[in-house]
Amino acid sequence: MSNKVIYAIYNDDDILMDAVKKTRAAHHHIEEVFTPFPVHGLDKAMGIAPTRLAICAFLYGCVGISVATAMMNYIMIQDWPQDIGGKPSFSYIENMPAFVPIMFELTVFFAAHLMVITFYMRSKLWPFKEAENPDVRTTDDHFLMEVAVNDNEEELISFFQSTGAVEVKVIEKH
Amino acid sequence: MYTFSSKLKTFSFILMAVGLLGIGYGFLTAPKDIQEVEKLLAAESHGGHGEAKHEATAAAEPSHEAVAAHSEATEEKKTEESHEAVAPTDDTTKVADATHAEPVHAEAAVKKEGHDVSEEAEHKEHLNHVLHQLQNKPWSALYVACIFFMLVSLGVLVFYAIQQVAQAGWSPVLFRVMQGITSYLPVGSVIFFVILILCGLHFNHIFIWLDPEVVANDKLIANKTGYLNFPFWIIRAAIFLTGWSLYQYFSRKNCLAQDEANDDSFYKKNFNISAMFLVFFIVSESIMSWDWIMSIDPHWFSTLFGWYVFSSFFVSGVTTIALISLYLKSRGYLEHVNTSHIHDLAKFMFGLSVFWTYLWFSQFMLIWYANIPEEVTYFITRIELYNLPFFGAVVMNFLFPLLILINTDFKRITWVLVMAGIVILAGHYIDFFNMIMPGTVGDRWFIGVPEIASVLFFLGLFIYVVFTALTKAPLLAKRNPFIGESKHFHY
Repeated sequence: MSNKVIYAIYNDDDILMDAVKKTRAAHHHIEEVFTPFPVHGLDKAMGIAPTRLAICAFLYGCVGISVATAMMNYIMIQDWPQDIGGKPSFSYIENMPAFVPIMFELTVFFAAHLMVITFYMRSKLWPFKEAENPDVRTTDDHFLMEVAVNDNEEELISFFQSTGAVEVKVIEKH
Repeated sequence: MYTFSSKLKTFSFILMAVGLLGIGYGFLTAPKDIQEVEKLLAAESHGGHGEAKHEATAAAEPSHEAVAAHSEATEEKKTEESHEAVAPTDDTTKVADATHAEPVHAEAAVKKEGHDVSEEAEHKEHLNHVLHQLQNKPWSALYVACIFFMLVSLGVLVFYAIQQVAQAGWSPVLFRVMQGITSYLPVGSVIFFVILILCGLHFNHIFIWLDPEVVANDKLIANKTGYLNFPFWIIRAAIFLTGWSLYQYFSRKNCLAQDEANDDSFYKKNFNISAMFLVFFIVSESIMSWDWIMSIDPHWFSTLFGWYVFSSFFVSGVTTIALISLYLKSRGYLEHVNTSHIHDLAKFMFGLSVFWTYLWFSQFMLIWYANIPEEVTYFITRIELYNLPFFGAVVMNFLFPLLILINTDFKRITWVLVMAGIVILAGHYIDFFNMIMPGTVGDRWFIGVPEIASVLFFLGLFIYVVFTALTKAPLLAKRNPFIGESKHFHY
């Protein structure tokens, strides 16, 4: 019985948002919500913990700027000392203005790419991955809320019908 | 309706009074003639730092004197002059010093035959030069504070116009705050215009190209007289200041009329004049920055200077909106302004601080890289003589806001925002200080009584004018077509 879930399908994001809030207020456990596009504020309404991706981005940026500094120091100062802008000081810090664009670009590059990769890994997405969404209409114009059933099937069905769902069905999940 | 609390009013009057006293003190203590300067310099050289200070003065001389170059450089002079320059610390310095040492006293040396005579003339010229710098000091202090507060309100005006043209849904609950701040613009403009006229009447030497004697002896400035001449310059200033103030006046008027209107016609009018203002502004702002700031160093030029100045006062303007909104909220007004509005303002403070840094660095890096003497002298002066304010401004305007405002939660905490806002505003005051002071007082700069007093005076005036204007109208633009969206704005 524990792996029985209910699919409540909506056709409007505002109705969905209200339904999510009502479901939370009624203390039903929302497993997942599938939407064709990002719905603003949905994560907060579902009570999902705030994302930690920003912290990752900051750390990746720090890695990027360190790599750039080490790389430019090795290439331009240590390995093959260069006369930069007619100022042959051969010191990293004195030539630093010339390296700032590279430091900036690599910070952005590392933060952006590693953040995307992290996001895919955390979302369990990779190439050739099979779609997980239970109803193909959630890729078009419908919104689906998946809620766990605990011996309260009848109650849940009438509850979701009252929240404006266009379709409510009970599914045995394997 | 907002009522100006008597405490704040008294505070603003005290600021103005203290400011006026300090400004007066600055003018009274400025040296009147060469004799006083001679005594001053003698007193300095007896002090513990005497020798170092004198050397610094000699080093400063070239860069400033170059602006008022009196003759063509001569090759033979080069060796003789190099004695004057302080031992260069690095290569860049050497290049710049050598170039600027050339024209320094060339004229005097060419005219006089004996070396002794030339030295005496040199000394006199030096005294005269220091006299001008010291006489400029209270004027420059006044000028920096005056232009800074005026441009802050202009920055707010531009932000407001952008909100109108973009038909932004989040910001209309803040419109009355912005209109209150921009009501300082006409007042500030009048004072600023008076100072410009006083410059033109030779009360000071802030703009050396206004001095016909300098122009006659300087080919570079002489070539620019078609643009840099008093009548044309003052007419431009009049047009720009009037244009901005007219927009401020009519935009506020339409916005107030919209409160009682039955349709959106006043709102549409505001949309139109805002779009026209933005076009006028971006052209006039560039020219303004050349006229009022860049022409202080009339030999130097930078093609992105207009943007650089703009970014500086734009971020200051947004910061001012945030600070005044937070103040009004803490007093129980602006009930529709929620943390999301404040959060958005904080995002602007953060983003525009980075934007300022981008322009600051772009201007610096190209000039540093190319190392062309007539360009690089601008930064040599600042790095050698203004080291602390020059790099201090970067810390205050970039590093500090970057590190403290990068966190989402911090953008909603009042005390963090107030602290960041005060640092940003002080940092951008120093930024304007760095743009103006090196060309007017050279190495004679100091943030002392005249500078602080000028800031206090204009701050007091700003507070008085802005909060008086806020009492004149309801703090909610209730009939704005986007006001509903703005009230419910939720990030």
